[in-house]
Amino acid sequence: MTVDLDRCTGCGACVTACHAENNIAVVGDTQAAKSRAMHWIRVERYWEGDFPDVRLKFRPVMCQQCDAAPCEPVCPTYASHHTEEGLNAQVYNRCIGTRYCANACPYNARVFDYYNPQWPKPLHLQLNPDVSVREVGVMEKCTFCVQRITAAEIDSKAENRELKDGEIKPACVQSCSAKALVFGDLNDPESEVSRLSRSTRGAKLLEELGTLPKVTYLARQTQA
Amino acid sequence: MKEATAKRITDDLLRPLLNTSWRFFALVAVLGGIVLMGANAWAYQIWNGFGESGTRSPVFWGFYVTNFVFWIGISHAGTLISAILRLVNAGWRRPVTRCAEVITAFALMIGAMFPIIHLGRPWLFFWLMPYPSGRLIWPNFRSPLVWDFFAISTYLTGSVLFLVLPMIPDFALVRDKTTGFRRKVYGTLALGWQGTTKQWHRLESAMQIMAIAIIPVAVSVHTIVSFDFSMAPVPGWHSTIFGPYFVAGAIFSGIAALIIAMAGLRKFLHLEDYLHPIHFENLGKLLLMMSMLWAYFVFAERLTTWYGNGTSEMNVFWATQRGSYAPLYWLMVICNFVIPFPILALRKTRTIAGCVIASCGVVVGMWLERFLIIVPTLGHKYLPYSWGTYEPSRAEIMIMISTFAAMGLLYTLFAKLVPIISIWELKVGEHPFPVDAAAAAKEHGLLRTAP
Repeated sequence: MTVDLDRCTGCGACVTACHAENNIAVVGDTQAAKSRAMHWIRVERYWEGDFPDVRLKFRPVMCQQCDAAPCEPVCPTYASHHTEEGLNAQVYNRCIGTRYCANACPYNARVFDYYNPQWPKPLHLQLNPDVSVREVGVMEKCTFCVQRITAAEIDSKAENRELKDGEIKPACVQSCSAKALVFGDLNDPESEVSRLSRSTRGAKLLEELGTLPKVTYLARQTQA
Repeated sequence: MKEATAKRITDDLLRPLLNTSWRFFALVAVLGGIVLMGANAWAYQIWNGFGESGTRSPVFWGFYVTNFVFWIGISHAGTLISAILRLVNAGWRRPVTRCAEVITAFALMIGAMFPIIHLGRPWLFFWLMPYPSGRLIWPNFRSPLVWDFFAISTYLTGSVLFLVLPMIPDFALVRDKTTGFRRKVYGTLALGWQGTTKQWHRLESAMQIMAIAIIPVAVSVHTIVSFDFSMAPVPGWHSTIFGPYFVAGAIFSGIAALIIAMAGLRKFLHLEDYLHPIHFENLGKLLLMMSMLWAYFVFAERLTTWYGNGTSEMNVFWATQRGSYAPLYWLMVICNFVIPFPILALRKTRTIAGCVIASCGVVVGMWLERFLIIVPTLGHKYLPYSWGTYEPSRAEIMIMISTFAAMGLLYTLFAKLVPIISIWELKVGEHPFPVDAAAAAKEHGLLRTAP
């Protein structure tokens, strides 16, 4: 995935879409005030400069799907593990809630189910049947909408064809009105995401830690 | 040794087992009540969800892990000190060893509870162990939490053995001094001890083996506990000094706990004739040495961080040094060094009361150290947007208080059921072992068959 920081308007549509797609619990204001909101993707805001010359900058941060993910070796039960396709999977049924993975994650991309999930009416009517609902005491995080990836793979296999570039769109990518987020196959050098990742504007978040993230951030060029 | 002395030792040390006053029941009731309140808090947390703890993003570990490291640290006094003193055959160790080893066993049991209490789904704790599962899934051996399981279970097994071995002749003594139900129970516990030369030799070699084996185990346990932190690429945790730093801190807090326990025993069980000021003096010197070692480790760790000047490391550094955690940080320095150092360094103040005051400071200070290693670091990871803080919940505080009560309760019950000072070792006295052991045993009727 690539994130074009020049295009991000900080609207937060990705956060909302992610909640809807992935059956993420809505924790309510008391818990959110306790820093227990469960966004799998967050839009970080940073202010630069002194008043009145203040500039607001946005940075959407989700699980970076690291190739050398610090969350994986520390999990005692293999709940956090690497799939053959290169995703950082989280097996909810296997998670016992040590929360070690969340401590090890340099991006704080992981969120914890402190209580059984609930949705204020009428949100409870729009749960996604393709995504399991997590119970209390389980760690969860961005999956790159693995249910959409799998569905597209099954479709293409059924129709006996290759997956097209841009055919798979995670909820955040689909809902990004500014097209700041681009998703695709990094193994295909011709895909749009590969092309953007090679851009001279591209950089990884906390690259110096050696986690080999699969998300590339495209630096700002404008001063706005 | 005179017959009269031996009899007096036996009488004095068996008295708590044979006579029970109302004070004992009152103490057990109070401590037991607090423990039950803690159990209730845990049940409440399991029933409602882990949200009843104070942890929140990004501080996913709080009081529970602090208490885990703290109690495992406390466990480092007993067995380790006792093993070293046995190996060097320090004569003054004799009244100290057992009450020290008991601390290890109980502190480990309490400490080992915390990784389970802190789980989001504690009913699945056995997934941390390699058990024969129908699904053929084993734990992830790369995870330091699995190493913890092995380290703690090895240490617990070893230190319980180390504790129980020298208890066997004393169980036999109690068996011979009691009648009825007690005689049966202690007879079973004595494992058929008759006090033959062969049995004494076996006991002696078993204890030698255990004393040597338990020392590296003890050192490795707290190193592995420190690996829980130092293995993660988190600023302030990812440090090679953590292994020895944690071991030194553990021994430090352990000795302090031992001094407090000994002073309590001396006062409440009237063991003034057995636990002399010299014992406190010697342990006080040891505590003084550990206090200086602790200060050295803190200085080395702080200096390295400050000199390295890494951006994210410095955020954690200043948060503890002069930020919102600074009051706790400097309280820790005061409790661990500023208070105990002068008290223990001056002979005039290195009295029993002085040692106890210094030890109380150290216990508080070492608890704070564990807290300050965990919480400020997690609150100041790399991306400032996701920085956060922590506030303990009522359930966490209640469970923490109840573990201190649990320690008191277990210790009280143990002192009621087992002679808290090893009777036969005391009788063997300063004499070389095991030549006189058989003779000493004969003196108080343990020896039944001729050697």
